[in-house]
Amino acid sequence: MPKDFTPKVVTANRLMEGDAVWLTANGYWSSDIHDAEFITDEGTANLRMLDTETQAHLIAGAYLADAAMGDKGPEPTHFREDFRTRGPSNYAHGKQVDKVDNNV
Amino acid sequence: MYKYNDFDESFVRERVAQFRGQVARRIDGSLTEDEFKPLRLMNGLYLQLHAYMLRVAVPYGTLNSAQMDMLAHLAQTYDKGYGHFTTRQNIQYNWPELGDVPDMLSNLADVGMHAIQTSGNTIRNVTADHFAGAAADEIADPRPVAELLRQWSTDHPEFQFMPRKFKIAITGSPNDRAVTKAHDIGLRMVLRDGAAGYEVIVGGGLGRTPMIGKVITDFLPQADLLPYVEAIVSVWNRLGRRDNKYKSRIKITVHEHGIDEIRRLVDARFAEIRPSFSGVDQDMLAEIEAQFAPPAFKTADTKGYEAVRLANPAFRSWTDTNLTQHRADGYAIVSISIKKHGATPGDATADQMRVMADLARTYGHDELRISHEQNVILPHVHKSDLPKLYAALRSADLATANIGLASDIIACPGMDYCALATARSIPIAQEIATRFDELKIEHDIGALKIKISGCINACGHHHVGHIGILGLDRAGVENYQITLGGDHTETAAVGERAGPGFSAAEIVPAIERLVLGYMDLRQASDETFLEAYRRLGVAPFKAILYPQEKANAA
Repeated sequence: MPKDFTPKVVTANRLMEGDAVWLTANGYWSSDIHDAEFITDEGTANLRMLDTETQAHLIAGAYLADAAMGDKGPEPTHFREDFRTRGPSNYAHGKQVDKVDNNV
Repeated sequence: MYKYNDFDESFVRERVAQFRGQVARRIDGSLTEDEFKPLRLMNGLYLQLHAYMLRVAVPYGTLNSAQMDMLAHLAQTYDKGYGHFTTRQNIQYNWPELGDVPDMLSNLADVGMHAIQTSGNTIRNVTADHFAGAAADEIADPRPVAELLRQWSTDHPEFQFMPRKFKIAITGSPNDRAVTKAHDIGLRMVLRDGAAGYEVIVGGGLGRTPMIGKVITDFLPQADLLPYVEAIVSVWNRLGRRDNKYKSRIKITVHEHGIDEIRRLVDARFAEIRPSFSGVDQDMLAEIEAQFAPPAFKTADTKGYEAVRLANPAFRSWTDTNLTQHRADGYAIVSISIKKHGATPGDATADQMRVMADLARTYGHDELRISHEQNVILPHVHKSDLPKLYAALRSADLATANIGLASDIIACPGMDYCALATARSIPIAQEIATRFDELKIEHDIGALKIKISGCINACGHHHVGHIGILGLDRAGVENYQITLGGDHTETAAVGERAGPGFSAAEIVPAIERLVLGYMDLRQASDETFLEAYRRLGVAPFKAILYPQEKANAA
């Protein structure tokens, strides 16, 4: 039996700045995971990953990350992905202080 | 110090120009990420969790003040005002933007620095004793040989696509401060009949399969060093496992084939290539050596220094912990702690870098070193200048008196930055240092090496920490394993795993319990943690770490 598909979001790093971004249902990349498309089937996940190959001018290193649906939208399920939504814990740097409005 | 000749200068400039073109082609879409990735890695540029990271080589840990000033400039202009000194004697910038990196590399070239071969399956930055050229216990300064190795290995056509990365460490002292037994090749200078040569150690390494290196030859004449090292790398380049990256390092090759077979193959290869070394390398070495001539040491009265020591307890405490004996009369080696309690190990601000550069210019014969323990060294300071130097360090928040103590912790960037990490390291180091500072016992504890890695790759050298901490992902939660009894020196040993791991909330109390327990177990206040561990074995320390299991067994 194939392993059950667990819900995913597509995530990557922005090409120029390198910060974490998530793919939305409209096909743009958001700095906020809550905006991400919540993918619940493997076929869609594979299609979206194929689409990212046309996005090399915007992002680098796309991959599928596990997610769960929360009140505001998709949320990370693993601490690594959770850290990517905030930034490092030793300084107030990264998303925890930067404005999240420069979607591409 | 070595100054680039015309060849070095044009080579580094050309690489910057090439990379500028590669970045432009990546941005305009002519290069895919798959095509660009190996090119950026060749120039030290990684993509991490939150941003790009640029790793800049500090060759054998040596810098002059102009270079340190430039590192400060990069931190301020292209990063968030700081840089991170690593266990490989490099500096990492955590927040550069892709479009700025060619300018950063161009700035570095202005002061004779680069980021070449700080990544990839190449020979990496050659590391050295951070007290090289200054230590009282040294046979000779190993840095000329390190520089020769740098020149030989940079862009060496045979060694650009090896089975895996390759790390060489060198020391000129019998007291090994360069962790030579945990490198692919370790070189230890030794004397035989009055002539300096090298004991050559191969197959050491930490990571997933920690190994203490084995002696392949106990005395290699200096003139044979380069062909012999080339023979080792050449043999491994052919034999090394390219089918499995976990078995690709030379430590596994040595383990699988045995040191005797590797020695036989290296000797055969050496015999083959030795005649092609016409002596040009020795001429080059002689030229390099001239550039590493010791500075003109001054003579001055040290009575003032002694008087300040008596009058100022804080200064006295700092001199007790942060100074090391120098080869020249009246001089000291100053270790500047980049481990203020509660701060990130190895992080210095641009302002602090400028202060250290200025102090090197004013009091330190223009030299600085980066240690693998993530501190900064002023190798040549006359004792009469120490009170003024100390005052300047205090003003810059750089006067922490904790070198070699419990809060002088090595920690890798861990999951706060690194894409490979499985758990965070920095917050654990911050909490441990803060806790021991609150308890005010670290001077009473004495010499103690705590080393923390945020994944099995062991950049934080946890295997060779007296107390090692390894952060792992256990079922989606950060979990920290403790190893005990590791040793990074000439008596190198890999620590023994103490038992089940601890959660992020449990690990700091566990370390506190362990250290307080050691203080009860030691025979005298001068028996170090490592000595007590070697006398008693692991059992009493396990009992301290896991009191419940002891109770259950009773």
